[in-house]
Amino acid sequence: MSASGSVSTVSRDDHLVLSSEDSSSPVESELELGLGLSLGGGGFIKAQQQASGGGGGGGQYARILTAKDFSSVVSSSSCLSSSSSSLSRGDYVAAGTKRSSDSVAAANGSSQVVGWPPIRAYRMNSMVNQAKSVASEEYNSMMENKRKNSLVEKTTDVCSKNSASAKGRTSPFVKVNMDGIPIGRKIDLNAHGCYESLVQTLEDMFHQPTTPSFVLLGSSVQEPTRPSKLLDGTSDYVLTYEDKEGDWMLVGDVPWGMFLGSVKRLRIMRTSEATGLAPRLQESNGRQRNRPI
Amino acid sequence: MSYSSLPEDVLEHVFSFVQSDKDRNVISLVCKSWYEIERWCRRRIFVGNCYAVSPRMAIRRFPEVRSVELKGKPHFADFNLVPEGWGGYVYPWIRAMAGGYPWLEELKLKRMVVTDESLELIAKSLKNFKVLVLSSCEGFSTHGLAAIAADCKNLKELDLWESDVEDPSGNWLSKFPDTCTSLVSLNIACLGSEVSFSALERLVVRCPNLRTLRLNRAVPLEKLAHLLRQAPQLVELGTGTYSADLRPDIFSNLAGAFSGCKELKSLSGFWDVVPAYLPAVYSVCSGLTTLNLSYATIQSPDLIKLVSQCPKLQCLWVLDYIEDSGLEALAATCKDLRELRVFPSEPFGDEPNVSLTEQGLVLVSEGCPKLESVLYFCRRMSNDALVTIAKNRPSMIRFRLCIIDPQTPDYLTLEPLDVGFGAIVQHCKDLRRLSLSGLLTDRVFEYIGTYAKKLEMLSVAFAGESDLGLHHVLSGCDSLRKLEIMDCPFGDKALLANAAKLETMRSLWMSSCSVSFEACKLLGQKMPRLNVEVIDESGPPDSRPELPVKKLYIYRTVTGRRIDMPGFVWNVGEDSALRLS
Repeated sequence: MSASGSVSTVSRDDHLVLSSEDSSSPVESELELGLGLSLGGGGFIKAQQQASGGGGGGGQYARILTAKDFSSVVSSSSCLSSSSSSLSRGDYVAAGTKRSSDSVAAANGSSQVVGWPPIRAYRMNSMVNQAKSVASEEYNSMMENKRKNSLVEKTTDVCSKNSASAKGRTSPFVKVNMDGIPIGRKIDLNAHGCYESLVQTLEDMFHQPTTPSFVLLGSSVQEPTRPSKLLDGTSDYVLTYEDKEGDWMLVGDVPWGMFLGSVKRLRIMRTSEATGLAPRLQESNGRQRNRPI
Repeated sequence: MSYSSLPEDVLEHVFSFVQSDKDRNVISLVCKSWYEIERWCRRRIFVGNCYAVSPRMAIRRFPEVRSVELKGKPHFADFNLVPEGWGGYVYPWIRAMAGGYPWLEELKLKRMVVTDESLELIAKSLKNFKVLVLSSCEGFSTHGLAAIAADCKNLKELDLWESDVEDPSGNWLSKFPDTCTSLVSLNIACLGSEVSFSALERLVVRCPNLRTLRLNRAVPLEKLAHLLRQAPQLVELGTGTYSADLRPDIFSNLAGAFSGCKELKSLSGFWDVVPAYLPAVYSVCSGLTTLNLSYATIQSPDLIKLVSQCPKLQCLWVLDYIEDSGLEALAATCKDLRELRVFPSEPFGDEPNVSLTEQGLVLVSEGCPKLESVLYFCRRMSNDALVTIAKNRPSMIRFRLCIIDPQTPDYLTLEPLDVGFGAIVQHCKDLRRLSLSGLLTDRVFEYIGTYAKKLEMLSVAFAGESDLGLHHVLSGCDSLRKLEIMDCPFGDKALLANAAKLETMRSLWMSSCSVSFEACKLLGQKMPRLNVEVIDESGPPDSRPELPVKKLYIYRTVTGRRIDMPGFVWNVGEDSALRLS
């Protein structure tokens, strides 16, 4: 319910971030605050200007783009035209193009954004655990089930041994972020029995041929070479993780089982920023915390 | 004789027929004496946000409560948007209730952090404790459960709905003493590891009133028949793993056991389901009202065969393997259907893996006259379909649509889905809960603000174009209690213009929007009865004021800032300057 009987409207002229040129001028109306909230007109406007100047910028609100944002099928005026709406679809798409070039990569395929699609972690974990034992559409017997299981399991002895010890973990999904890429991913640690397997998956996940600036597998964008360069130190990036105490560590130093038990999330960090990783990073305000991302 | 001169005990007797919180609240406002009488005879309280009031205040006002229900974390915590350590600790409540409500019988918690210490305190202090429901909770292990089992002599219900339980090996089920015969409901479906089957069986055998038994995945199918024969009175059953070697003797044993369960109304579980074993439940299908197949990875033909035998079905949870054809069969058979939830089998795939479209939902809306609650994951939608659904089912109460790809337009016209959702809110006048998805402009929010007068909860993601959208909702939705928003271009204006509205709501969540830290501070300073909490794991939000706050959680409270905030949560109220310096 509106706070007072007066009509409150929001002027949209401040949303410059959403349109490079606001060709159709919006209805300009002042924002009215109901219930006599005396925020002090001047102060509020000032705050507004500050906020709108920076707050709306950066396109930070939409972290995922799909191909639809850039679809040429978007016919701007026909779908949204109405006398009160002055923002056309074209403006919205313009917002998309303002976002960082990294997001273009996201438009090419699915990206996993934290919180979307809205599926409970409990359900995701259950489905993942079932996927290990249910492989095909038409199987009728446990025997076939077992056979399929053995295909899915890791083939190396080390990996399968480690898989068994991984079962205790109740929430296998951890976030993975890579420096320079705004959209994080989630990875299921239970699906891997060893570091090699994990890193290969990560390299597949974050390897994007359309972004030449991103180099994970060495200094060229050719065919990825194996074994992984993330672990052997020849890449521009290193793989790090945050442990239960909040410290950032290099991946690979501890036994896999111990790693599984303490990892909270992963970060593919630029090598240049990874200096001094072993001792704790400190924030400038003296707070004893690491600075992720 | 006027109402106010009726003797107290008469009034109290009258009030005892009034169960709903809303009505009780209204009664307490009539006059001072009614307030007093009412507060002494209120037996159950529901606190939708555990930080809205302190346990001491609750106990002080309602001293004779027997049942408490609490909710902790914001709903979006379900989707990993709330970092670990955020809060929602139940221990302070339990400590207070150990002294203040020694006769407490029921505790129902949702999205809270429950420690073994809390459970042990319950077991030790509450002598008449009967019902424990831990829904989507975490922080405890089977050690805590062992304490409950051992010491709660009158335990009737133990329900661990989808909670995260640490499972150190320990035989906690056998801690139920032999004298415990009072169990009515046991839900351990979420437990990851094995429980002692013999302890389980002994428990089932000695509890003749057991109505609900939800087993965990570790209970093998071969043992299910045996359990069922010990408890043919069961009304609700959750199977364990539903797969075994194909053997006729196992099958006939199982089928026979099911046919003995004449009271069975609800089935769930079905992990790892082997289709060949499904016919074992056919004998109970004619009486089933609830069927949860949402973990059952079976294909449409098997689902159709099953569902076609359940004419009394009122509630179906299923994976999208059911496909449009299965939903067509559902619509033809289950004329009593009230609630349908269709979950995605492969939510992260790029391409659809099943033939489930908007058509399935349209068919169900046409064929099921009592349909009122929908949760539907799909990959395409059209305005036409939504309009049809709205016109078919104006009695819809909950409508949650998740089109998996964000900002997907109408697949026929490529337009936004504003008109479709607009039809939903226009026709479904009693709509209480709505979740939006697909391509949406500010227009849909205009519809919502105009028509959705009974809407209590709205979930929004990747929608809208400007603050006008948020403003429509905040200024128009008279009944709004909970609003949760992610990744929308909503900023300061609508929020600040509708600051007073926020005090009439339980909570507002905004993440990855365009709200500035400055606006948050302003809001926090001017609205002392709101807690404006900024969540930022990378450092103090005022160190980068030019960036929008990442996550914002605003809720009304009468107790001021909470004292258990972790380092990454900032309450930007009055003394925020002091705290951040």
